[in-house]
Amino acid sequence: MDTRFWTKEKCKWRRKVLPLTAFIILLALWGTIRAQSPVDTLPPSPPTEVTAFDTPNDAGKNITINWKLSTDDGAGRNIVKGYDILRSESQEGKFEVVGSVVAGISTFQDDKVKNRRNYFYKVRAKDHTSSDSPTVGPVQASGQWYHKGKTVVLIFVVIFTALVIYFVESAKKGKKLYVRPIPGMDAVDEAVGRATEMGRPILYILGLSTISDVATIASLTILGRVAKKVAEFQSKLLVPCYNPIVMTVAQEVVKNAYLDAGRPDSYDESNIWFLSSSQFAYAAGVNGIMLREKTATNFYLGMFYAESLILAETGNIAGSIQIAGTDAVTQLPFFITSCDYTLIGEEFYAASAYLSREPKLLGSIKAQDWGKAGLIALIILGGFFASFHFDTFINLFTVGH
Amino acid sequence: MSTDIGVWIAAFLTLGILSFLYKDNPFYKVSESIFIGVSAAYWFVYMIYNVIEPNLLGNLQKGEWWYAVAGILGVMMLFRLIPKIGWLSRWAVAFMIGTGAGLNFIVYLQSNVMKQIRGTLAPLNSIGNIMMIVGVITGLIYFFFSAEHKGLLGGAAKVGIWFIMVSFGASFGYTVMARISLLIGRMHFLFSDWLGLLH
Repeated sequence: MDTRFWTKEKCKWRRKVLPLTAFIILLALWGTIRAQSPVDTLPPSPPTEVTAFDTPNDAGKNITINWKLSTDDGAGRNIVKGYDILRSESQEGKFEVVGSVVAGISTFQDDKVKNRRNYFYKVRAKDHTSSDSPTVGPVQASGQWYHKGKTVVLIFVVIFTALVIYFVESAKKGKKLYVRPIPGMDAVDEAVGRATEMGRPILYILGLSTISDVATIASLTILGRVAKKVAEFQSKLLVPCYNPIVMTVAQEVVKNAYLDAGRPDSYDESNIWFLSSSQFAYAAGVNGIMLREKTATNFYLGMFYAESLILAETGNIAGSIQIAGTDAVTQLPFFITSCDYTLIGEEFYAASAYLSREPKLLGSIKAQDWGKAGLIALIILGGFFASFHFDTFINLFTVGH
Repeated sequence: MSTDIGVWIAAFLTLGILSFLYKDNPFYKVSESIFIGVSAAYWFVYMIYNVIEPNLLGNLQKGEWWYAVAGILGVMMLFRLIPKIGWLSRWAVAFMIGTGAGLNFIVYLQSNVMKQIRGTLAPLNSIGNIMMIVGVITGLIYFFFSAEHKGLLGGAAKVGIWFIMVSFGASFGYTVMARISLLIGRMHFLFSDWLGLLH
C-alpha cells in the first residue's frame, strides 16, 4: 500500500479539498473577528430645525411638531431606527415620551395636550444610543373658529342656501313649481287601495339607520303621507322598527297623519313597535311578519344594508306589491331586481316633495336642480382646464381636513 | 361530530333559520324568536357597557359636567312612558334630528359633492376620462326633477340611466360574491364545526 501523501492519484482530489478547507477556515476567522469588533457606540446625529406649533384649522388640543431628519437617517451612517417625541411643561422639567415615529418620518401631532397651556418639546433620534434635539417652546394649543381650508365649502353652502331660500319663497308666493312624475310614488295610492281591497295590512320598513340619517328623515316624511292614505282608506299599517328612537318618531308621525285624516280613533300605537337592533334578527323578524300577516304592500324606504335582498325576496315570494327607495348604492341593484318600484338615490328624497307638494320641499327640489346644473358647468369647465393643466381651478375643489 | 352542546344549539338554530327557504314553520318561529330576544338583550347590555358607562358616566366622573346635558336629553326620551309629560321627549328627538341634519349637511357636501367633483375633474385625453365625465353629467341630468325629461334633456337622462344601470350590474355581481362568502361561512360551520366532515 502506498502511504505517501503526495502520490499522483491522491494529489488530484487533495488539490480540490485543501483550498476549500482553507477558504472555510478564513471565513470562520473573518466572522469571529467581525463579531468581536466593537459596536458603533457613537450616537446618531440629532434631528435639527425642530419646530412646534398649534395645529392650524382644528378644534384645539393638538400641537404639530416638525423636524429635519438626522443626517444618519437614510444617509451618513444610516443607523437611525426611529424618533421619540418628548414633552414637558417647563423647559428644564422632566421630559416624557408622548409618541414615536419610524425613521424617515419628520412630523408628529400631539393630540394629548390641553388648550392654552405652555409645552416644550424635543425630538430624540434613536439607535442603540440616542441623541436629543434642542428644546423648542413654549407652544400652546388652541381651537380655531374658522377652517381656512374649507372656504370653498362655505361658498357652496352660501350659494345653495340662497337658492333654497329664493325658490322656497317663490313657491310660497304661489309660483307653480313642476316636479316630474316619480313612478314609485304614483303607485302609492294603488298599493294602499289594493291592501284595503284585499283586507290585508301594509308593511312599512324605515331602514336600519338612526334618526340623524337623512335617509331615515326622508322615509319618515313619506311615512306620514302613506299613513294618511292608510287612515283614509281605513287599512292597517305595520311599522316594525330597528331603532328605538326612530320608533318614537314614527309613532308621532303616524299619529299626526291619522289626526290629519280625521281618524284619530283608528290609530293603534302597538302597530309601530321596536323589533330588534340586530341586523339579521330584524330581517328574520320582518320575514316572519310578511308571511304570517300576509302583507299586501311592502314599503322599504330608508337606509339598508345586507338584509335588503332577504327582505325584498321574501316579500316577492309572498306576492306583495313592493316599493323600495334608498341611497345605499350597493343595495339598489337588489331592490331593482326584486321590487315592483324602486326609487333610486335622490328620487327617494324628491318623493316626499312630490307626494306632499309643500312649497318648502318643492322649492328645495328646484334649488337642488339649479345646484346640479352649476355642478355640470363646473365639471365641463374643469375638464377643459385639466386638459390644459390649469391646476389652480382644479385645486379649488380640494377640501382641507 | 361535535360534542359541544353550544355547537349543537347553534347548528339547530342555523338549520331552523335556513328552513325558512322551504316555508314558514315552527322551527323557524322558534329560531326567529330566540334570535330576536337574545339580540334585544345583547344590545341592551352592550349599550350600557359601551355607550352609557364610558361616554356618559365615565365623562361625568372625570368632571366633564356638560355631558350631563346628553344624560338629561336621554332621560327626556323616557318621559314618553308618562303620558302627561310625554311631550318633553319631542325636545330630545328634535335636538337629535337638528344636530344630525346640520352636521350631515356639511359632511355630505364635502364627501358627496366636493370630493366627487374633484375626482371627476380629469383631462379629456382618454376614452376612460371622457366616459367618466359623460357618465357623471348625464347621471346628474337623470336626477333633474323640476324639468320634464323631453328632447335633449330626455335623451341625456336616458343615457344617464344606462350608465347608472351598468354600474348597478357591476355592483350586483360584486355584492353577490360577498353574500356567497357569508353562506360559505355558515356551511363551513355546519360541515366542519358541527358534523366534523371537513377539516
